[in-house]
Amino acid sequence: MSFRPTRAWALPLVLVGLLASCAQDGGTGVQSAKLAMIQGRGKLVCGVDGKLPGFSFVGPDGRYSGLDVDVCQAMAAAIFGDASKVEFRDLNSSERFAALASGEVDLLSRNTTMTLSRDAPGGNALSFAPTTFFDGQGMMVPAASGITTLKALAGKPICVESGTTTELNLADRMREIGVAYTPLKFQTGDQTYAAYLGGRCIAVTSDRSQLAAKRSSFPNPGAHTLLKDVMSKEPLTPATTNADPAWADAVRWTVNTLIQAEELGITKANITSKLAEAKANKNQADLRRFLGVEGDFGKQLGLPADFVVKIISAVGNYGEIFDRNVGPASKLKLDRGVNNQWTKGGLMYSPPFR
Amino acid sequence: MRKPQALLDRVDHPPWWRDRRVIPWLVQGVVGLLLLVLIAFLLGNLVHNLTARGMLLSWRWLGEPAGFDISESFLPFDAAQPYWRGLAAGLANTLRAVLSGLVGATLLGTLAGMASFSRNGLLRGLTRAYVEIIRNIPLLLQLIFWYFVVFLSLPNGTAALQIPGVVLAKSGLYLAGFSQGMHWSLPQLINGVWQAPWRLSVEFAALLSGLIIYSGAFIAEVVRGGIASVPKGQWEAATSLGMGWFPTLRHVVLPQALRVIVPGLNTQYISLAKNSSLAVAVGFSDLYSVAETTLNQTGRALEVYLLLLGAYLALDLVISVVMNGLNRLVQIRER
Amino acid sequence: MNLLLRRLRADLFATPADGALSLGLIALISAAAVGLVQWACQKAQWAVIQANSTLFAVGRYPEAQQWRLWLLTALLTAATGVSWGLLRSHPRADREGQLWPRNDRLVLGLLAAVALWVPWALRLAPALQSRWWLLAALLGASRWLAGRFGSHLSRPLLRLFPLVWPLLYLIGMVLISGGLGLMPVPPSQWGGLLLTLLTASFAILLCFPLGVLLALGRRSDLPLLRWSAVVYIEFIRGAPLITLLFLGQNILGFLLPGGLAPDRIWRAAWVLTFFAAAYLAEAVRSGLAAVPKGQAEAARSLGLSYPQTLVRVVLPQALRVALPAMVGQFISLFQDTTLLSLIGLLELLGVARTVMANPEFLGNNREVYLTLALLFWSCCAALGLGSRALEKRLDPQTLSQSASRP
Repeated sequence: MSFRPTRAWALPLVLVGLLASCAQDGGTGVQSAKLAMIQGRGKLVCGVDGKLPGFSFVGPDGRYSGLDVDVCQAMAAAIFGDASKVEFRDLNSSERFAALASGEVDLLSRNTTMTLSRDAPGGNALSFAPTTFFDGQGMMVPAASGITTLKALAGKPICVESGTTTELNLADRMREIGVAYTPLKFQTGDQTYAAYLGGRCIAVTSDRSQLAAKRSSFPNPGAHTLLKDVMSKEPLTPATTNADPAWADAVRWTVNTLIQAEELGITKANITSKLAEAKANKNQADLRRFLGVEGDFGKQLGLPADFVVKIISAVGNYGEIFDRNVGPASKLKLDRGVNNQWTKGGLMYSPPFR
Repeated sequence: MRKPQALLDRVDHPPWWRDRRVIPWLVQGVVGLLLLVLIAFLLGNLVHNLTARGMLLSWRWLGEPAGFDISESFLPFDAAQPYWRGLAAGLANTLRAVLSGLVGATLLGTLAGMASFSRNGLLRGLTRAYVEIIRNIPLLLQLIFWYFVVFLSLPNGTAALQIPGVVLAKSGLYLAGFSQGMHWSLPQLINGVWQAPWRLSVEFAALLSGLIIYSGAFIAEVVRGGIASVPKGQWEAATSLGMGWFPTLRHVVLPQALRVIVPGLNTQYISLAKNSSLAVAVGFSDLYSVAETTLNQTGRALEVYLLLLGAYLALDLVISVVMNGLNRLVQIRER
Repeated sequence: MNLLLRRLRADLFATPADGALSLGLIALISAAAVGLVQWACQKAQWAVIQANSTLFAVGRYPEAQQWRLWLLTALLTAATGVSWGLLRSHPRADREGQLWPRNDRLVLGLLAAVALWVPWALRLAPALQSRWWLLAALLGASRWLAGRFGSHLSRPLLRLFPLVWPLLYLIGMVLISGGLGLMPVPPSQWGGLLLTLLTASFAILLCFPLGVLLALGRRSDLPLLRWSAVVYIEFIRGAPLITLLFLGQNILGFLLPGGLAPDRIWRAAWVLTFFAAAYLAEAVRSGLAAVPKGQAEAARSLGLSYPQTLVRVVLPQALRVALPAMVGQFISLFQDTTLLSLIGLLELLGVARTVMANPEFLGNNREVYLTLALLFWSCCAALGLGSRALEKRLDPQTLSQSASRP
């Protein structure tokens, strides 16, 4: 009978402890309903273009490859530790936002330009991650046409994919310089370039990287030139919806991971040795935090603690992704240009991981 | 006395759930309730989802500048004009395609339908082949074929196909006509670009060819069925009066066949009007194509679809009303 | 010979005008034929079809799992052969007792020729070619076996046999999508002809009961039923299919609670079903209108209940009248599956478009479109032929004629 008072005291203590642990869980655990849904489903659904060499393209073996595709795979690696747990949906430009808004896809990684109206809650209400490719709108013409300026396109038919910012920019620029033209609009990139190659229009306009990508796939790439004019800024950016900020954060920091890893010189090849180094050396606090040896960044985002390691070992860092898909190692052979690290004069800059 | 009456009552009045007067109400009540629940469920979700995204119905965006251009339109339109003008220009393009398609398909279908009663076996076989081939191949495939294979492989500039007054090039179909008052002018090549009073873009031409040839095959069947419905005796009587094949068809058979043909035409016309929305596959800016662009630039999915469905329903309604009027006209002749 | 000449003369050269017309047409047709053959044999590059034949057939269906589709094809072939043989082995009043009528021999010969020639022309691997030969042999063998020994089967077994088909459909769904121990293959990996046939058959099977219900609803005396059916039918028939497909893809997500909307392929298949049901309802309605009122009245006066009257008396007659219109709807539904390519699904036309975007095959669009057209044409023409044969068999006149024959 003598220990009864102790028991009576223990009960409220246990209750308080439980409540406290609950509160703690709620504070740092998974908050995103979307992320929970993706985890329950066992795969990420990612909206891509699917027909754009270098960004997202289905090879003859039925596999997707490209810069946009790698972003999706990085995300899958961050969530599941397995880059293959992603399902790709080919979306054309006119259905992509509806697909994202209705929850059809979890993440849109489809050379989409970040703009105010697409970001704003009163517009398309998207939430943008960091830009993965800084682009500008260009114009491609057959070299034989002798056209070198936008003005020379007066009265000529120009092919453009409908439902894009490209379409709007084209209208704006041409109005600015006072040139009348005939826009020929197609639902998909395929049709747009088929019409251009068929000679129906004298020029085709799109993001410069896309034009270069398509040109590289033409039978005779040398017969087409890109005009010098850059008609707009096109920061191509992965997007999610405003509806789930926690999910948007997970995407944002996954993309930042790719950029930060390049800055730190961590590659797919050396990730294991870097991890071993971080584990061995307690003085490398930055590296330890980044690789999840120390701290709880993963938990804060609702991702596994070692999500960075998983991402880099699956797809490599941003530089590797760029080189592999659109850079020197690819058919497109694009320069890094503004897409270089900020330390090398480019715009790729990841906020600190801390 | 009461007992038999009670028995009779029981015979006359089966349990209420098998009562002839109750069953209809019961069935309707259940169906009505189910429909109500379904509609409430869907609408509830819609309102909930739209509110969550801050996209409840609003029509203010219709007045904002569209920002995109349209390749060709009857109504002048440019990027500075509001969305509703763009949609109206798209509607005008749809109407243009539908009207020209109706006329062309009717002509082609009637000719082919009549030819299937020709004395010439080869001609009969040919019309049969036309109908059987065209009806069994999807229209979308045909449209894409017309545009990407036929019209885009036309030559351009001086190499264009020319017959006096008509030039067919990759940039379009050019027709002679009166321009600037009463001044007859032919298509001319100016600085490597054809100029003419009348110009059809190849997108429009491809859409039109596809629609006319596809619908023509169906209309040919309708016409054939109509002519076949006229008793053979009519042919024989007219021929024995010394009338030729064509006059018999024109004055004796067709007027009677119209009674059967007109209702069938109504169906074909409506399907042609709806099929015109496939223009989006060949780059022609019809109502559907403009609506899709608008949807994408504004994000207003529901509003755009309501407008779109409303427009097509109205178009069908107009065709139905006109055809029903025509039908009454044709039927009155029968005494 | 003389008869042929006379026939030709009457048909082609009855009058001078006719003769001129005939000559002109002959010149035109032969020029077109020669041009086509020349192009097909000399200029056309059929490599685009040969290299992508798997893509056209099944899309991105994983290669390691394709044996399931082969198995399904074999099952379907065997079932077809057995059903065909059983039909022939049981002579009925309306059917001649011949085991191998001329048409049957013709069809089997044609199918065998196609199974031999197409795989060879596509330059398939020898292993795949031999599979097609085996399939053709399987068809012939099962047809022969069922025809030969079918008459020995007991009645109840025969009555149960049609159930094989729905069962096979279910088995097919499991084989295609996985589950029950098979590795799941998500719908996003189905494509090509597989997807076309799957969506078309799904919609055809389901739109039939829906369409009959709608037609009954539209002819019902109950105002609520009638008006809901009318509103539904007219709404669907007033809208172009492509707007409805887009509705299914883009707006359905808003109409259902989050995450409840089915996969986009199933969504498209359901939209096709609901679309076709409205048209089918109109076909069935015209059939119902053709059944004399006296039939229903007579059945009711004999004491049949309303459902009995419907199922045993009215519907059989109505459906027989509506058969040509219904098959016409099925054919157009089959063609309408091409619209799925406009919403980004990789059915036959969608696959064709991706193939043509492949830099290797740029400019080979004629070959691709021609092949597709031929494929669609043969499927639709076969459906049409089948419908005409069925129509003839169900025609009350031929029924009574053959029944009266000793």
